[in-house]
Amino acid sequence: MSQETTHIVSYKTQIFVLLALLVLTAISVAITRIEMGPFNTAAALLIASIKASIVLAWFMHLKFESRFFTVMVAAVFILFLLVILVTFFDYSYR
Amino acid sequence: MSDSNNAHNVSYLDYKGQYKGLSAWIFSTDHKRIGLLYLYTMLAFFSVGAILGLLMKTELIAPGATIMGPKAYNALFTLHGIIMIFIIVVPGLPAVFGNFFLPIMIGAKDVAFPRLNLLSWWLYVIGILIVLTSQFLGDGPPDTGWTFYAPYSFQTPANVLPAVFGAFVMGFSSILTGINFVVTIHRMRAPGMTWFKMPLFPWTLYGTAWIQILATPVIGITLLLIVAERLLGIGIFDPALGGDPILYQHLFWIYSHPAVYIMILPGMGVISEIIPVFSKKTIFGYKAIVLSTMAIAFVGYFVWGHHMFTSGMSGRALYTFSFLTFLVAIPSAIKVFNWVSTMHKGSLDMQTPFYWAVSFIFVFMIGGLTGLVLGSLATNVHVHDTHFVVAHFHYIVFGGTGYAFMAALHYWFPKMFGRMYDLGWANLGWGIFFIGFNALYLPMFFLGMQGMPRRYYDYLPDFHGGNIISSLGAWVMISGIIIIFANLIRSARHGKKTTQKNPWGGKTLEWQVETPPTLENFEEIPTIEKGPYHFGE
Repeated sequence: MSQETTHIVSYKTQIFVLLALLVLTAISVAITRIEMGPFNTAAALLIASIKASIVLAWFMHLKFESRFFTVMVAAVFILFLLVILVTFFDYSYR
Repeated sequence: MSDSNNAHNVSYLDYKGQYKGLSAWIFSTDHKRIGLLYLYTMLAFFSVGAILGLLMKTELIAPGATIMGPKAYNALFTLHGIIMIFIIVVPGLPAVFGNFFLPIMIGAKDVAFPRLNLLSWWLYVIGILIVLTSQFLGDGPPDTGWTFYAPYSFQTPANVLPAVFGAFVMGFSSILTGINFVVTIHRMRAPGMTWFKMPLFPWTLYGTAWIQILATPVIGITLLLIVAERLLGIGIFDPALGGDPILYQHLFWIYSHPAVYIMILPGMGVISEIIPVFSKKTIFGYKAIVLSTMAIAFVGYFVWGHHMFTSGMSGRALYTFSFLTFLVAIPSAIKVFNWVSTMHKGSLDMQTPFYWAVSFIFVFMIGGLTGLVLGSLATNVHVHDTHFVVAHFHYIVFGGTGYAFMAALHYWFPKMFGRMYDLGWANLGWGIFFIGFNALYLPMFFLGMQGMPRRYYDYLPDFHGGNIISSLGAWVMISGIIIIFANLIRSARHGKKTTQKNPWGGKTLEWQVETPPTLENFEEIPTIEKGPYHFGE
């Protein structure tokens, strides 16, 4: 297609992204030491989602693609969020 | 390239490519040949699945062990379920008719990724072979049912692993087909074919493809967790290790209920193609059908809990899933209303595809309305895990997808093979099948309400009457299937040749290309100006 362009992410950005992922991994381990009941799972899922979003945005170049793809990926995220909410709706009231 | 082998003027059946003989088929990247590869594979396995079903019904013709014992019966219903669900109805219409007709109906020469398409078929076949090994290796065939429910699936000594892993591999085939179709529909529609000028069968394939992409990974991971549970004892589903077997049911049905819509949505698309053609009338409420298709695809994601009403979910989850289940009935009813309204005051042309289409509506209505009985919390408790459920899902899955598959086969057969089948035999086969089908499954509703449980080789004498009718119905239905298949197979090889482009008077693009289509479908990609069902009234 005519609008196809190659975007090269700088090493500096790549390293920042890697560091962000490592920090978030450390946080997701550390947070398990705090007793928050069912919110421990929610926190783990939230951190994992942030990490996935970072990977999608920079490593998988979603940030540099057309807005259409971002909307599609966001729709998928919302769908899975709803699926997870409905599943945990059962567990919360058991 | 010589003119006699030009991609524009030689039929896809006659085209001589790089390979010869069987290799010309199993290594072909032509979407039409791949569609036929799926068709032949499915028809072969459907025959196996149907024979297994017939053996089960023969066992149930009288109380006690008639032709088999409990172990064989358990293995039979498991294999019957795995074949019919994972090998036949999930790939079903998209893999056969989607592959064959999607590119043609949107004015494209092939799907977006032809090699990926061929890989999908290969993964499908490899998955089947892995599943089949479960029958012959290890400690006997699996006896879990096609749902592989925990904790039994990781406790039984039966050979569950290959069956689970085979289903996992077939899942990849489904995902790849879904990706291919989404990209094809987004990027390869003919000039002028806006979203709302696209025919309804591609629309339903689009909705289905999204479900294939988004839901299938869930079952893939769930099945892998069963493997991990069996091999490593990770304890995610095992209550003895702090796991939760109900979590398995959640994860399984998060895929497997949307999978019902993978099965039925393309069927609804086929019916939406056939009804206007044989009513000689523009379809009633095109946009309503499109929107209801997408609504079914979306809402269908959130109703999985109705498979688990007696499993021990929380009360609030029960109410929520029951409410959502009733919600999904609305877009389904919109479609039925639109089909009936299309036929109203139409000039009905009573041909075999139309018989299949209207009988689809009839059996789908019975399946759909009995689904409301199962969607209600109180009545569900009464009929849960009884023959009522078996009757309901056969009316939906076999009655829906199966009838739509037969409708599609009889509708597109002359285009696919360049030959016509015998209409008399086709109508007779349909009539016998329809009578047998209802005789087989209708008594199961009553047996279920009387309390006959599913998945038992034996029953109390009180249930004998209904079972006799049901078992005889199975034999009648199989007779119908034999007539239908014999007619189609004979006609594909020796039927009257036809090059007529449009035998039924359809308006969509597949009826404007050669019969059978040339390798690249179109010499020149058409420009679309009108809607797909413009009958000019």
